[in-house]
Amino acid sequence: MISLEHLCKTFEGGNEVHALNDVSLTIPTGDVFGIIGISGAGKSTLVRCLNLLERPTSGRVVVDGVDVTNLKGAALREYRRHVAMIFQGFGLLAQKTALENVCFPYLASTGKVTTENREEALGYLDRVGLADRAGSYPAQLSGGQKQRVAIARALACHPDYILCDEATSALDPASTAQVLRLLRTINAETGVTIIVITHSMQVVEDICKDVAVLVSGKVVEQGSVAEVFANPQHEVTRQLLGKESWNE
Amino acid sequence: MSSLSSFFAQYGSLLGQGLADTLVMLFVSTAFSYVIGIFLGVVLCVTAPRGLRPMRALNAVLGWVVNIGRSIPFIILLVSVFPITRALVGTTTGVQGVIPPLVLSTTPFVARMVEQSLAEVPRDAIEAAEACGASIPRIVVSALLPEALPSIVRGVSITLIAVLGYTAIAGAVGAGGLGDIAIRYGYYRYQDEVMIATLVLIVILVQVIQSTCDAIAKKIDHR
Repeated sequence: MISLEHLCKTFEGGNEVHALNDVSLTIPTGDVFGIIGISGAGKSTLVRCLNLLERPTSGRVVVDGVDVTNLKGAALREYRRHVAMIFQGFGLLAQKTALENVCFPYLASTGKVTTENREEALGYLDRVGLADRAGSYPAQLSGGQKQRVAIARALACHPDYILCDEATSALDPASTAQVLRLLRTINAETGVTIIVITHSMQVVEDICKDVAVLVSGKVVEQGSVAEVFANPQHEVTRQLLGKESWNE
Repeated sequence: MSSLSSFFAQYGSLLGQGLADTLVMLFVSTAFSYVIGIFLGVVLCVTAPRGLRPMRALNAVLGWVVNIGRSIPFIILLVSVFPITRALVGTTTGVQGVIPPLVLSTTPFVARMVEQSLAEVPRDAIEAAEACGASIPRIVVSALLPEALPSIVRGVSITLIAVLGYTAIAGAVGAGGLGDIAIRYGYYRYQDEVMIATLVLIVILVQVIQSTCDAIAKKIDHR
C-alpha cells in the first residue's frame, strides 16, 4: 500500500509553481490505480515524487508502512527498483539491444549481468511477446514494441509497484490496446500494483479499478472507476468524460 | 618522373621523419587529453544545474578553469609553460617537449566536446536508468558514456584535426614534425616543393582521420 500524506511540490524559480498542493491518496496493494488530469495538472510530478526522481517539498510518501520520503544512497536505489517505472518516451538506451536494456536493472543492482539474469530477462521479453527481438536495437522496433521492452525492463526490477507515466500516450490505438492488455494481465497474474498516469479516460476505463482526478495539483475527486464514471462530481471530471462540451 | 624520384631521394627521409614526429605528437597528446578531458567532461555534465548531481560551485569553477585554458593562444601557452614542461619531460624542444603544452591546451577543448556529447543523450533514457536504481557512477559508465560514444568519436576527429594545427605551430619552437619542415624549408628557405609535399601529407592525414572516425562512428551507432 502506498500512502501519500499532504504531498506538496513547489518548483522555485522566476515564478514559483505549485505543482502539487496538499495531495493525500491511498493506493491499495494489487490495485490498478489511475491518476488522471489535463496537461499541467501535476500528474507527472506526482508519479515522479513516488519514486523520488523528484523530492517533495513537504509531506510524506509511505510505502508498505515505511516512510521513504528521505531515502538516500543505496536504500533509495533499492527502493526505486521496488517501484519500477515506464515512461511516455520509453527511456530505452539506444546503443543497447532489447535484451541488454532488460538486463540493465541487474547491472544497476549488482554491477554485473549473470547467465541466470540473462535467462530471466529473456523470459520477461518472452512474457511481453518479444523473445524473437532480443537482439534488436530500439531504433529497429516500433513504438509499441519499445514500450513492451520497457515493461520487460520494469519486470526485471522485481517490482511490487509499476508506475506508468503516460505510458501509452505516444502509441497508436492498436499498440495502446496491446500495452494496456499486457499491463492488466501482469497485474492479474503477479498481483503487482500498477499506478497509471494518463490524460485519457479511455485508458482509465480500460484497465483501472480506482481513479483520482488531479486538477492544478489538487485531488478533486477519487473513488472506484465505476462510481466516478457513473456520477462525476467535478467539472473537470465531466469534461474529461466528454459529458461537458468545451465548445459552448 | 626522374625529378620526382630525385626529390624523394633528397627529402624522403626528412618527410618520413616529419610525418612520424607529427603522428607521435598528434596521437600521444590527444590520448592524454582524452583521458583527462573525458573525466572533466563527465564532471561538467553531472554537476550541471540539470545534471545528475547538481553542484553549482564546482561546476562554475571548473567551467572557468576550462574557459581560461581555452582562451590562451597556443603559442603563448607553449612558451609560458616551459618551466612545467622542463620539469615533466626534461626538455622544452623536440616531440617530447611539446607534448605537455599540447595536452594542456587540448584537454579543455576535449572536456567541452565530451560535455556536449553527453548533453545530447536523451534525458528520459538517463532518468529510466535512475529509475532502475542505478548509482551515478553506474549511470555514467553503463548508460551515459556508451550512449554518447558515437558522438564522442565524431568529436575525436575534430580534436585530432585541431591538434594537427597546433603541432604545426609547435614547429616554430623546434618541435619537429611536418609543420616544422614546412616552416624551415618552405618558408625560411623558399623551397616550395618541400612546402607543397608537407601540405599534401597534412591534407591526406586530415582526410584519413575524418574518414576513419566517421566510419567508426557509423559502425557503432545503432540509432
